[in-house]
Formats: sequence, C-alpha cells, structure tokens
Amino acid sequence: MIDVIDYRAGNAPSVIYALERLGLPSRLASTPEQVAAAERLILPGVGSAGATMASLRELGVLDALSARVRGDGVPFLGICIGLQVLFERSEEGDVRGLDWLAGNVRRFPDSQRVPQIGWNAVRPVRAHPLWAGLPSEAHCYFVNSFYAVPTDPADVLATTEYGVEFCSIAARANVVATQFHAEKSGQLGLRLLANFASWDGSSSC
Amino acid sequence: MLTKRVIACFDVIAGRVTKAQQFQDNIDVGPAEELAARLYDDQIDEIIFYDITASAERRKIDLETVRRVARQVFVPFTVGGGIRSLDEMFEVLKAGAEKISVDSMAVRDPDIIRQGAEAFGRQCIVLSTQMKHVGTRPGIPSGYEVFVDGARRATGMDAIEWVQQGETLGAGEICVNSIDRDGTHSGYDLRVTRAVADAVNVPVIASGGAGTVDHIAEGLTEGGASAAIISSILYSPRLERNLGVREIKEGLAARGVPTRPWVD
Repeated sequence: MIDVIDYRAGNAPSVIYALERLGLPSRLASTPEQVAAAERLILPGVGSAGATMASLRELGVLDALSARVRGDGVPFLGICIGLQVLFERSEEGDVRGLDWLAGNVRRFPDSQRVPQIGWNAVRPVRAHPLWAGLPSEAHCYFVNSFYAVPTDPADVLATTEYGVEFCSIAARANVVATQFHAEKSGQLGLRLLANFASWDGSSSC
Repeated sequence: MLTKRVIACFDVIAGRVTKAQQFQDNIDVGPAEELAARLYDDQIDEIIFYDITASAERRKIDLETVRRVARQVFVPFTVGGGIRSLDEMFEVLKAGAEKISVDSMAVRDPDIIRQGAEAFGRQCIVLSTQMKHVGTRPGIPSGYEVFVDGARRATGMDAIEWVQQGETLGAGEICVNSIDRDGTHSGYDLRVTRAVADAVNVPVIASGGAGTVDHIAEGLTEGGASAAIISSILYSPRLERNLGVREIKEGLAARGVPTRPWVD
C-alpha cells in the first residue's frame, strides 16, 4: 500500500491515477495517524515550497513524516516541490524546508524562459533500483522555476540541463525524489513509479 | 536540452471533442476520454481541454469529463473553460488537471491570475488569449486586439500589453490563439506569436491554424513558441488526411526541431 500525501496545493489525484493504472494499491493520506502508519510514502507537489510547507504544517503531519521516513526508514518518494522541500532552504520566498538533505534550492537564471516547462533529458550518474530497466537518458516532464543544489554530490542520482546542470533526481538511503513529474512522464515515468513501489529502501541494485 | 512540445487541443461540448472553424460550426469528433486514451498511446506530449460552452452557458466546468480524461493520460493535462474562482480552480486540479487555463474570465477579472498563481504556483496558470489582427490604431499599438467569449466580443485591449500584464500578474505560460487562423489549416499567425514570445519570458504556446508539419515547425522556430497546439491535423474530418503524433514528430525531427523521442 502506498500512501500519497494529500494537501491543498498538491496534485495527489494525478499520482493516484498513475498508481491505479499500474495496478498498485494506494490511498490519500492527510492525517498524522495515516502518515505514522504508512508503509511507503509519496509526497507529490505543485505550487510553491512555502505553500507546501505551510500546508503540511497545517495538517500537522511534519513530525509524523520525519519520524516515519527518517526514523523508521520507510521508502519515500518526493515529486517536484516534494523534492525541493527536502532541502534546508529555498530561495523561493526564503522558506525553510524539511532539512533531510543538505543543500539549498535556487531559481533558474533569467537567460532561460522561467518556469522551465516541458520534456527534458534525465541522465542518471550511477545505478539505483529506482532507475532499473530505464535507459541511460530518458525525457521526463518538468515544470519548475527552482532547482535543488545538494551539498553532498553523493545525493545526486541524476542530472538535467536547463541553462545550468541541475539535480533532477536526489537519493539518499530510503529517500528518493524527482524534480520532474514522474506521474506525468508517460510510460517511462510509470516505470519509475513501479520501481519505487517494489523498492526496499536500500540503494543497492 | 528542453525539447519543444506538441500539444493536442480538445474543444469539448457535453463530453465530446469537437472541431470548429474560426470558433464556429463545431463538428463532432468523438468522446473525449477515447480520444485522450488514443493520443496518450500515440505519445502526445500534452493535452489541453477546453469546456468551450461553460463560459457562455454560465455554468461550472464539466468535472466528470475532466476526471475521465485525467484517468487516461499520464502526460500533462491542462483544463480551461469558464473558471472564475479559486475554489473552481481547486476543484479542477483535484479532478486530475495539472494546469488551469484562463481566458475570458481573466479579462473580466485579471486578479484571478494573481490569486491562482499565489495559491497553486505560477506554473499552474496558463493565460490563453484570443487575438485578432485589426491593424494599428489608438489603444492597439501592436495591431492585435484581444477578444473574449469564443471570439465574439472585442475588448479594446492590445494583445501584447495584455500578455505582459498577465505575465506580471503571475501567468506561467501564454497561449496565443489566432482567431483569424483557427481551423483554417493555413499556419499559425507567426507575426503575433513571435511578438508575444519576444514580449514575455515565460513559455509561449502557438495555437490556431496548423494544417501541416511545416506549420508546426514554423511556429516552434520563426514563431519563437515553446509548444505548438494542434487539433485539425490529428483528427479534423475537414482534412483529407490526418497525421499521427509519431509521424508529426518524425517530420519535426527532419526539420531540425527536437521533441520528446519516441519510446518503444
């Protein structure tokens, strides 16, 4: 069972529809009790880091989320803003994130059209169960004005270029996160979600 | 590298996709969710869904059809038509859309763009505009005027000034719909598309008039657009021959326009 965290600015329904298509049981979670009991968690995201953190705080799920993911080590997937809030701080409104991963979130340079919207190439820099069966370069769907800069290069699982080379998948222990919308990246994105659903939370292949 | 997008546009009436010519004389194409499923299998990059009579009929958008389509497509899905409040935007997103398109309602109440961008992020709000070439005149320095309500009503607003205002208010994408070219298969209005692309720093979508792969390529190069909306070329009964998405993308690749590669 996959619990998909549902909050006001989130696009949890799209993630649920994608999991339904894969035949994977899932449900929406929006209370601390649901989060504390989850076996596997997805934090989807659209909107801004500030609105997302505020929504999670309002739902009262922040402590349960940290305890379940950081403490108990259940597999966790963040998507888009769900990646950006994992870091210490975001330039977007100078917001404090969850601080699970060391690093910050910055805005793309204005030499590019911002937001980045569209299909861009994702290239993993090492093997990981999340990317099992996927090609060495896959086009995935991005919608973002900001990107994460992990302090520890070992947290970068894949990179993508948009004016700058940025971290498009972050991974550390049982926490993985995609800057692109896996649930909206066609059959390759669905494959990644299926990989997440069968992942034990370790980084070995 | 970020690739150019090919977007299928659905003009929906009562759950069915229709095809108009210059915003009139809609003829039936088929049920929205069936067409959505077919285009998803054909690897379309994105789908835009307009409930085209919601605004005129002063009713809420057809959420049931939105939901049925969202269950079929695992590529981005934008929905528009008569959305006039934050609560209605929220309902559409909860039905499975990623992006909200605002058009006539945003002309009446521009603040809806700001509110939407604040609540859901700039990337969520697409400002769609109906533009017509009227010639340069006082108040219309670009020569293109904004129309609303299915191209029936002139607003006296300059198209370029309006999209810049929209960007400032928080629109994350601008869709340029040429009224003159809609459903004509004669190519996008490249002049106004380029003028908008030069005037804003958010992605611009070309719309209205694509009848051949050459037209799509022109919109994405000369027109300066990041994405191209097509519909007739995919399924208009008025065209002798329709093309599949793969054929279109191969044609674009041959013309040097990169799109998301085909996945076997």
